[in-house]
Amino acid sequence: MSTLTPVSRTPVSFYVPVVALAGALAGLLIGAAQGSSLLGIVAGALLMSGCAFAITQLIEAERSSRWGLTALLAVGGLVLGGLAAALIGAVFGWVFGWFIFWLFEGRYRAYVPLYLTPGQVLWHHSFRVICGAILVFLITPILVVMPLSFNAQDFFTFTPEMLRFDPAGYSLKHYEDFFTNSDWQGALANSVKIAPAATFLSVAFGTLAAIGLSQAHVPFRRAIMAILISPMIVPLIISAAGMYFFYSRIGLQGTYTGVVLAHAALGIPFVIITVTATLVGFDNSLTRAAANMGAGPVTTFFRVQMPLILPGVISGGLFAFITSFDEVVVVLFVGSAGQKTLPWQMFTGLREQISPTILAVATILVIISVALLTVVELLRRRSERLRGMSPG
Amino acid sequence: MKLTKTLLASTALTVASGMAFADGHMASEMTIVSWGGAYSNSQQKAYHDPYMEKSGITIINDESSPEGVAKMRAQAEAGNITWDLVDLEAADAIRVCDEGLAMEIDHDEVLAAAPDGTSASDDFGDMIVSDCFIPQIVFSTTFGYRTDQVAEGVEPPKGACDVFDLETYPGKRGLNKQPIANMEWALLCDGVAYEDVYDVLETEEGQDRAFAKLDTIKDQTIFWSSAAEAIQLLADGEVFMSSTYNGRLFSAIEEQGQPIGMAWDWQMFDLDGWVVPADLPEDRLARVMDYLYFATDTQRLADQAKFISYGPARASSAPLVSTHAELGIDMAPHMPTEPSNAENTFVNNYTWWADYRDDLDSKFQAWLTQ
Repeated sequence: MSTLTPVSRTPVSFYVPVVALAGALAGLLIGAAQGSSLLGIVAGALLMSGCAFAITQLIEAERSSRWGLTALLAVGGLVLGGLAAALIGAVFGWVFGWFIFWLFEGRYRAYVPLYLTPGQVLWHHSFRVICGAILVFLITPILVVMPLSFNAQDFFTFTPEMLRFDPAGYSLKHYEDFFTNSDWQGALANSVKIAPAATFLSVAFGTLAAIGLSQAHVPFRRAIMAILISPMIVPLIISAAGMYFFYSRIGLQGTYTGVVLAHAALGIPFVIITVTATLVGFDNSLTRAAANMGAGPVTTFFRVQMPLILPGVISGGLFAFITSFDEVVVVLFVGSAGQKTLPWQMFTGLREQISPTILAVATILVIISVALLTVVELLRRRSERLRGMSPG
Repeated sequence: MKLTKTLLASTALTVASGMAFADGHMASEMTIVSWGGAYSNSQQKAYHDPYMEKSGITIINDESSPEGVAKMRAQAEAGNITWDLVDLEAADAIRVCDEGLAMEIDHDEVLAAAPDGTSASDDFGDMIVSDCFIPQIVFSTTFGYRTDQVAEGVEPPKGACDVFDLETYPGKRGLNKQPIANMEWALLCDGVAYEDVYDVLETEEGQDRAFAKLDTIKDQTIFWSSAAEAIQLLADGEVFMSSTYNGRLFSAIEEQGQPIGMAWDWQMFDLDGWVVPADLPEDRLARVMDYLYFATDTQRLADQAKFISYGPARASSAPLVSTHAELGIDMAPHMPTEPSNAENTFVNNYTWWADYRDDLDSKFQAWLTQ
C-alpha cells in the first residue's frame, strides 16, 4: 500500500500521554495477574511514558532504541519472574518500541486518507484494535488447550514447572494414552466408522435434493426445502429426544445404522445449502446440449453436471463429516455405549475424569478441522477460478 | 471423475462394514453402566477383566450412572432396554425399585454364599436396603483440603463443620450441586442433634434453616456436579476445601501426589451397588446373573479395595482387604470405616431421601439460582 498522507513528527504532549495510556492497560493486565491491578496501572503508565520520552528525545536512534527497550523489559522480566516472564517482557518491549515510534514519527497517519479528521483517524485504528480483540477472544480458549495437553500432570493446571519452561513439566503421555487406551481407540474407531458413512448418505441425498429443488417446475419447493433444512434449525436436543423414541420403536436405537441415519439427517442441510449455491452458477443449457447429443439423464448427471458442481458437493460433504465427527447430543440419545464416538468419550471424560487426554484429543481434532477447512477454502477458490472460465 | 469413483467406492465399503456390525450376538455382550473415572477403573480391574477372561464375552462400559435414573425411565418408556446392569447409589436404587424399573432379586438364590457358608443375605446384612439392590461398596462423602493453604499456626480443618467457618478458613470451598449431604451438614453444624437431623429436615422451617446456614457461605462456594470437578478444583488450588467422595481423594493424594489432606469428621456414609433393569430378555438376563454371581462374591469385593479406598459391602470381605495393587500401601487406614477416621460419622438415610429427593432437588436448584 502506498502512502496516502505525508507524515511528520508529533509533539511530546501527544504521544507520551497515549503511550502512558497503553502502558496503563498493559500494566492492568500484568497487575491483575499478580494480584494488584492499581499498582500495575500506575507502574505501567509511569514506566512506559518514561521510556517513550527517553528513547525519542534522548536517544533518537530508532533501531537501537527499540532493540534496547525489548532487551530491557526482557531482563526485567527475567529478574522478576524467570524465563516465561522474560519472554512476555520481550514481547511487550518489542510492541511498545514499535508503538512509540509509530506515534512519534506520525506513521499512524500514513495509510489513511489526507482528509480524515483526528477523530476519524482514531476510529480507523480503534476499529482494527476492536476486531483484533474479538479475534483473540474467540481463539484464546482453543490456544490455551494446546500447551495444557502437554502437561506432565493429570490435571487441567499450568504447573509451576510448565511456566518455567522446565522440560520436566511437559510430556507426551496424554497423547500416548490416547493412542494406547482401548476406550479412546474404540471411540476413535466408532467415529471413523460412523462419520464417513453418514457423510456418504448426506452427500448422496443432499445433492439429489438440491438438484431437484433447483428445478423450476417442482411444486412446494420452499416448503420442502424448509423441511429438509429443519434439522439445522430445530434445537438439537429436541431432534435427539424425538429420534430416541422413534428409533427405539423401530429397533434402530443403539445400532450403528441408527447413528449413521441420525447423523445423515443432520448433515443433509449442509450439503443442500452448498450444492444449491453452486447450482446457481450452473448453466442448464449444458444438460440440454448433452441430452441433444443422446446422453441419458444419468450419464448427463455424472459426465456433465457432477464435475461442475463437485466443489460444492465436496465442501458440503466436509461440513457433513465435521457435523458427524463433532456431534455429541444426538449420539448420546440414539447410540448406546457400543457406538461411543470420540465426542461422547470426551464428554464423559470431562465429567467423570478430568484428564488432559481430552485436551490431547482436542488438539488433534482442532488440527484435523483446520486441515479440512483449508481444503474447503482451496476448493472454493478453485471453483471460483473455474467458474470464471466456464460459459455463463 | 476418478476421484469421485474412489470416494464413492470407499464410502460405500465403510457403510457396508458399518451395517454388518449393527446387530446380533447380544448375549455375548453386556453393557454395564457405572460412574467412570477411578471408580470404573477399579471395577474394570477387580470384576470385568477377570470375568471377561473367564467367560470370553465383551463388557461395554457406559459412564451414565449420574443420569442413571432418568435414562432407565426413558428406556422403559421407549420399551427399549439397552442396559444390562446399572451401578447406582442406594437412594436411587430404592427409587427405581419403587417405580418398577428394576428387577427384584432373591439375594440368597442369585448371589454366592460367603466362604464359611454364611448366606449372602446374612453376609451383606443391613446393606440390602431394597429388594432390587445388590450392595457393592460403602463409600463416604467427606472433605479434602489444600495442605499448603492452611495459614500458619492454624489447626488444619477436621471435617464438615469447618466448611462453614469462614473466619478460620477463608477462601473458596467446593460443595456438591445436590441437596444430599449438604442439607444434613448444614443442620448438624447449625446445632441440630445427629438423631434429629432428618426429622427437622422434613419440615419447611427445617429446610429453610438449612438453606439459611448454606447462605452464609454461598458466595464463597463453587458447586461441582461431578466428583472429577471437585478434584480438579482442589488440584488447581481454586478452592481451599471441597467435599467429594473419599476414593477420589485417595487417588488424588496417593496416586497423583497432590498436596491435599483428609478431613473426616462427619463424613457421610453411603452405599453403592448394582440394580438389574426390569424386563430384560432371557439370554441377557442369564448373562447378567452369571456375572453378578461372580462379581459380588467375597474375594471379588475384597479385590476392588486394592484399587480404590471404598469398603466392601460384605462382612466376609473385610478381613481380605490388603494393600493397594500398584502402590503397595496398606489400604485399611484409608478406608472410611477405619476407627480413627470414623469418630463422627453420618449415615445417609436412603429411604428418607428416596421419598424427599425429587422435592428437595428442585428446591435446592431454585436456591442455587437465587
